[in-house]
Amino acid sequence: MDFELSDDQVALAEGIAKLCAGRVPPPRLRELEQAGGIDRDLWRELGDAGVFALRLPEDAGGVGLGMAEAGVVFQELGRALVPGPLIWSHLASSFEPQAATGARIFTGVVHDGSTRLVIDHLGVTDSVVVIGPEAVSVVPASDVADRARAVAVPTDPLTPVWLVDVNDVPAGEPAGNGELATRLLREGAALAAAQQVGIARATTDLAVAYAKEREQFNRPIGSFQAVKHILADMLVRAEVARAAADAAAVTLDQPEVGDPALAVAGAKAVADEAAVRNSEACIQVHGGMGFTWEALPHLYLKRAWVLDAAFGSADASADEVARLVKQQSR
Amino acid sequence: MDLSFTTAEESFRSELRAWLDGHLPRGWVDGAVEHDTLAGEVAFLVDWQKQLHAGGWVGVHWPREYGGREASATEQLVFLEELTRAGAPDVGMNFVGLLHAGPTIMTEGTPEQKARYLPAILRGEEIWCQGFSEPNAGSDLASLRTRAVRDGDDYVVSGQKMWSSYAHGADYCEMLVRTDPDAPKHKGITWVVMPMDSPGIDVRPLVNIFGSGEFAEMFLDEVRIPVANTVGAENDGWRVAMVTFSFERGTAFVHEMLVIMHIARQLIEVNDDLATGRELGRVAAHLDALWALTKRNVSQAARTGAPGIGGSVLKLHLSEVTQRVFDLGRRVLGRVALSRDDLDVGGDLRSGLVMTERLRHMSMTIAAGTSQVQRNIVAERILGLPKEPVWTSS
Repeated sequence: MDFELSDDQVALAEGIAKLCAGRVPPPRLRELEQAGGIDRDLWRELGDAGVFALRLPEDAGGVGLGMAEAGVVFQELGRALVPGPLIWSHLASSFEPQAATGARIFTGVVHDGSTRLVIDHLGVTDSVVVIGPEAVSVVPASDVADRARAVAVPTDPLTPVWLVDVNDVPAGEPAGNGELATRLLREGAALAAAQQVGIARATTDLAVAYAKEREQFNRPIGSFQAVKHILADMLVRAEVARAAADAAAVTLDQPEVGDPALAVAGAKAVADEAAVRNSEACIQVHGGMGFTWEALPHLYLKRAWVLDAAFGSADASADEVARLVKQQSR
Repeated sequence: MDLSFTTAEESFRSELRAWLDGHLPRGWVDGAVEHDTLAGEVAFLVDWQKQLHAGGWVGVHWPREYGGREASATEQLVFLEELTRAGAPDVGMNFVGLLHAGPTIMTEGTPEQKARYLPAILRGEEIWCQGFSEPNAGSDLASLRTRAVRDGDDYVVSGQKMWSSYAHGADYCEMLVRTDPDAPKHKGITWVVMPMDSPGIDVRPLVNIFGSGEFAEMFLDEVRIPVANTVGAENDGWRVAMVTFSFERGTAFVHEMLVIMHIARQLIEVNDDLATGRELGRVAAHLDALWALTKRNVSQAARTGAPGIGGSVLKLHLSEVTQRVFDLGRRVLGRVALSRDDLDVGGDLRSGLVMTERLRHMSMTIAAGTSQVQRNIVAERILGLPKEPVWTSS
């Protein structure tokens, strides 16, 4: 057993972090707000870097790595606030070659019983992965967008959303059965948890840096215990969530070490909570500046909410953990 | 990242499991053996340790030259996991000897001290207690005032010590005393071994919040301790005391955590309230996350010798999650929570144990560094935040 990142995994994380820092620094993020959060050149570069094809076998044009590495990559994407339907495009790569390269952008929707569906990035993507209880299908995004209404003010300025009646989503081309649906939802939750870990860590770093530099009462605010304790709690939440998300990803790769369903639901519950609470704390530590549109912290909070609402919320995941434990004890 | 165990780790596990099958004390499952007296509990645990020792299962992580197996950090994790899963007794009052005094003497003691104390600790023949805290030295431990005045070949020690678990049954006390009252507070402390049969020691039980008397306070009135009982140099005791922590390899809470995870699952099993069920699911997820963090800390210790930042993070979070688990337990029990006798609530859940643990774990955010002090340490030593002008974490 060695649950530390391998040298290759560390190098992978550094590579993605560098790509993100170069291509989507904060000023570029602000520009992307105007472009619906999508930059097709960036998307192809992410494709070239293997973000979408990471888990495909090498003879299928992939990188041949596992969920553990995908988790490492998505933590960095979350940390850098990279916008777009990253998870859906990554998931679609297992059955859509054009998703793997980044040439076409895939978003997705889950039939969860709602009659009014909220689909992110619908109008700025090429295809929609539709997950029903017993089947997975793919629909051209324009076929859905034609019957959908764009929301004027999305909560996350980098995640535009459209509303569509459930009956207006066409059946589309079948891509797989209920087994595929279950697998995609589980992997999607693990990747969303990874992105949340990135947010939990980024907000900790941001708040710590600000607390060291911002002075009041003639000293850095980070010297006050009242502020220190907020920051210590942020680190605790981030590190606990990171362990959970990594364990979930590794358990998907090595099902013999645990129960993947339980590990993923638990990681999602813990990571959602860490990302949301750390983003709130980051705003608090930034004081008045944290309340401005100009400062970064609000973008993290809004993204954390987007991810909490994807692939099973923190609450739904906690319910799932309880259900699975109860089922096992019978 | 690899969560699977190697063949060597698995064979260590099988060997231990086979031994436990043949040696587990009869009637002992999940602490269900009730002892009428503390003396009865002490006798039981001493006997268990002797059996463990005969099987070669005490101090598994100790170096071979001192009677250990030099088990790796991962094997230590497996060891604690298997003992807990088998329902074996926890280390109990051998805690101080095996995990504090022993490692300290091993590192800082003279050859004579090692030969005198270590074998008896391993065999469970001599029980140790700790004399660190005082009524006015809690979080600010270095301000301790128990005085040791040199008189010939002895120190003459007077003062008061607190929270000394099992002091009434102990043979020796690892103690911090002030040998130089004029030096800065961290520089005038000495680490000494006090034989508990020395004249002048008055041990009084201190009954804790759940009614147990394992705690004690010690009143010391001109107790003579040979200077030869000093471990490390005079006035270097603060550093010597900190050496203990360098032996932590991320496994400190393994037993506790596995027991709590088991109870959390039992609570989920008997609970039928939706809102409480969701919260139980949440804390179960947090416990699984902490278990993953434990594996990470152990992995780091296996690579570098120390669990790194994960140790402080784990202690802070586990203590709070644990209190949440048992408070949810109290809520699941409803009016059954008014009884600390075990009442039937379905499943194998021991309702009385839930309430005792609810109380016992109040200490988790206080003992071994309050959560507030822990947060200062995390913020200053890990996050690099500046110190407050007056207060200090070191």
